[in-house]
Amino acid sequence: MNTSDVIALTLDGKPYEVPAATTLAGLVESLGHAPEKVSTAVNGLFVPRGQRQARVMQQGDAVLLFQPIVGG
Amino acid sequence: MSHPTLTRTPADAWQVGEIRLQSRFLLGTAGYPSPQILQDAIAAAGTQVVTVGLKRTLAAAGDNGFIAAIRQALADSGARLLPNTAGCRSAREAVQLAQMARELYDTPWIKLEVVGDEHTLQPDMFELHAAAAELARDGFTVFPYCTEDLVSCRRLLDAGCALLMPWGAPIGSGQGLLNLFGLRTLRERLPDTTLIIDAGIGAPSHAAQALEMGFDAVLLNSAVAQARDPVAMARAFRLAIEAGRLARGAGVMATQDFAVASTPVGGEPLLLGGAA
Repeated sequence: MNTSDVIALTLDGKPYEVPAATTLAGLVESLGHAPEKVSTAVNGLFVPRGQRQARVMQQGDAVLLFQPIVGG
Repeated sequence: MSHPTLTRTPADAWQVGEIRLQSRFLLGTAGYPSPQILQDAIAAAGTQVVTVGLKRTLAAAGDNGFIAAIRQALADSGARLLPNTAGCRSAREAVQLAQMARELYDTPWIKLEVVGDEHTLQPDMFELHAAAAELARDGFTVFPYCTEDLVSCRRLLDAGCALLMPWGAPIGSGQGLLNLFGLRTLRERLPDTTLIIDAGIGAPSHAAQALEMGFDAVLLNSAVAQARDPVAMARAFRLAIEAGRLARGAGVMATQDFAVASTPVGGEPLLLGGAA
């Protein structure tokens, strides 16, 4: 891909690339997660499920995905 | 198996908002040997509230069926989920994680944890207060994991917390109720506040002590999960908690520094008075 076609971001702290114009919803889907199975944050801020489609990935975005786990 | 003298009555229910609860045993779900043992422990505990967490997807590497076991146990028992913000070190971080937990678990309940010391995992009461105020304004039912500091606890209530969850001892330490004066003071000074001892409980006797002192419930995890037989230990805690609650209602006798004979012998002991 041409560099202008690629968005470099970090996913759960690791480098990751997605095609330009990828949305957060698209990223979640491309990773194989059902939308309701994860919660998302970009640059430290929660992005509700209903807003993922409108959130287009930008260069340098730090994306975190969270899932349920046991806890005390 | 029920015990006739430990039967709960509806009159002894407690409430979180509009939700009425009978069990005073809140159980954590981490560190169990297997999903089946966790599921069985939840059933044996008779708990109506179980805690869960959130983790980054890459770090989680699957949960090996534990979440499915929790959901099955909840379907069987009708218990509720209480997600936590474990691992947070700032109010900002905790607020974001709480919002993700609300979406993921579909509940406004949040066990708010903001740690201020790495060695003791002591709650940071300043960050906790800031996060609690924001989350309460946003409609959360905040269960703050806090210290037993009375004035800070009052501030948490002012911030909109539904109840308080003071620590008994550092998380996972199993030391029981370390600061009896502070905890007793908290109970006496906040008589109308729901108080749940969270963290540090190591043995059923610690839990019974908390209920005898008038605390409304206890939340624990490691003491059950790390037992040789977690299911049996869950039941032991259930009985101890019910016993402690019954004792609180019955009225524990006052202590004193001198002996008071309990056997009403009266007069001279027989052997000394009539042996010649």
